[in-house]
Amino acid sequence: MEKILLRNIDAPDSQTLEGYRACGGYRALEKVLREMTPEKLIDEVKASGLRGRGGAGFPTGMKWSFVPKDNPKPKYVVCNADESEPGTFKDRLLIEKDPHAIVEGTIIAAYAIRSHTSFIYIRGEMFYGAQVLQRALDEAAGAGYLGKNVLGSGYDIDLILHRGAGAYICGEETGLLSSLEGGKGWPKIKPPFPATHGLFGCPTVVNNVETLAALPWIITEGAARYAAIGTEKSKGTKLFCVSGHVKKPGVYEVDMGYPFKKFLEEDCGGMANGRKLKGVIPGGASMPVLRADELDGITMDYESFQAAGTLLGSGGVIVMDESTCMVRAAWNLSRFFAHESCGQCSPCREGCHWIEKILNRVEHGAGKPGDLEKILSVSGNIGGNTICPFGDAASWPPAAFIKKYRGEFDEHIAAGKCTIH
Amino acid sequence: MAVKFSDESLKKFEAIVARYPQKNAAMLPVLYLAQQEFGYISPEVMEYVSQIMDVPVARVLGVVTFYTMFNTKPIGRHHIQVCRTLPCALAGAERITGAIKEKLKIGLGETTPDGRFTLSEVECLASCGTAPMMQVNDDYYENLTEKNVGELLDRLK
Repeated sequence: MEKILLRNIDAPDSQTLEGYRACGGYRALEKVLREMTPEKLIDEVKASGLRGRGGAGFPTGMKWSFVPKDNPKPKYVVCNADESEPGTFKDRLLIEKDPHAIVEGTIIAAYAIRSHTSFIYIRGEMFYGAQVLQRALDEAAGAGYLGKNVLGSGYDIDLILHRGAGAYICGEETGLLSSLEGGKGWPKIKPPFPATHGLFGCPTVVNNVETLAALPWIITEGAARYAAIGTEKSKGTKLFCVSGHVKKPGVYEVDMGYPFKKFLEEDCGGMANGRKLKGVIPGGASMPVLRADELDGITMDYESFQAAGTLLGSGGVIVMDESTCMVRAAWNLSRFFAHESCGQCSPCREGCHWIEKILNRVEHGAGKPGDLEKILSVSGNIGGNTICPFGDAASWPPAAFIKKYRGEFDEHIAAGKCTIH
Repeated sequence: MAVKFSDESLKKFEAIVARYPQKNAAMLPVLYLAQQEFGYISPEVMEYVSQIMDVPVARVLGVVTFYTMFNTKPIGRHHIQVCRTLPCALAGAERITGAIKEKLKIGLGETTPDGRFTLSEVECLASCGTAPMMQVNDDYYENLTEKNVGELLDRLK
């Protein structure tokens, strides 16, 4: 498999401008500015089939094309580097090891929508990553890739690095924009969509780090080569972050469509400690868990995960072996969502805490008959009833855990204690 | 005592505000600057920020308390933040927290009497492949064990 996103990771000095250029860096930007109009660039990215890698999988070129050309307001691109989906650590790797690919990709996206000021929003906790990115921005500006009249093309672009301050919800694109406007990270009702009414009410595109980092390769190698990798609806390569009970956790780049079981057993080295696989969350903590017996025939692409009743999401693969208490795992995630609910919509603000409280008591021996039905009912009342997708993200995991490991939950309640540990 | 930025911070403040298309957008970096200068964001600091940012104090309060990285109370020199979310939990995060509690003789949200450490649990820090992990102030410490976490803390004076 050809490496596209991780191609520079092991190169010496991959963080520096010199190291990045030695790997062919900034040639894509030169090509775009010399040979391509924004329209042609958008068509090229559409033709590559690239879809947003933040979790939703929306086609990137199409997202750009929604930005109105005739709108006189400033236009903004925001690189979403607020990586905080539990189980996901791919963007952090790119930020720390290949920051110039992100900078170059963001400039290319900015050119596509004719933006002259754009942003990289990095999560506040990634202090080191912010330092690396700021250094890359300074180097890029020094070399004439940023600023006025980039490479003599007449195109001006300023790129501002902005640090978040600790809030999962700011990974949601409208929550991120609220945060970047200096407020609480409260998501906004859509429509209107950011493409027409985004940052400061201006047309805005928010793209994930991994999405933007794929652009330089797509431009230099051509959309057709990118589109030749993967499946019919999932083109190119994708980063998967593997954590939990496997021998070799880490970030892997795989061609879309790669067999999931083979990936876990061969690429990731199989299960650690010789124990059996019990379940896998395939796309970050928000996505429904899969039992070990559900993995046969699944391939790593948007449509296969969806057909299996879950989603590819951010590519955060959390592997759990037979020693894992699934009630405790579900409670752990419900606590995460209760902590991170932004508090704007009542079903989510209240419901996430109810679910956490009930799962907490089931795990700690005070579960009551009817508790599981109550969780399913509350979860059903959150999903689809909130401004942003956080409500769905918070409601899917507990429902999936209960549905797939019902016996274990019932045993906890009947025994009045945790039956695993 | 009236809260006010030093001349140096004031210059930084002006540079930050000038960097953004709208002044409001500078709120988070300005709050970081304030936290750096004053140690934590007290009600007086919020009032000062509201004045220099031309926004109501309520807006500043809302922002400060929305995010986890702004401290409204004094904290220790080293803020230990152990990740507790699922991938770290699967790798034994609770044992790490337990070892730290035992070593420092403090509970969650507490500070050692000498002001050296404050202990917190936090949610996922995007370091799941090297779990369990913690952040101390700005730095990540990964692949923790009950043994190496104690040695790490000994080095933080």
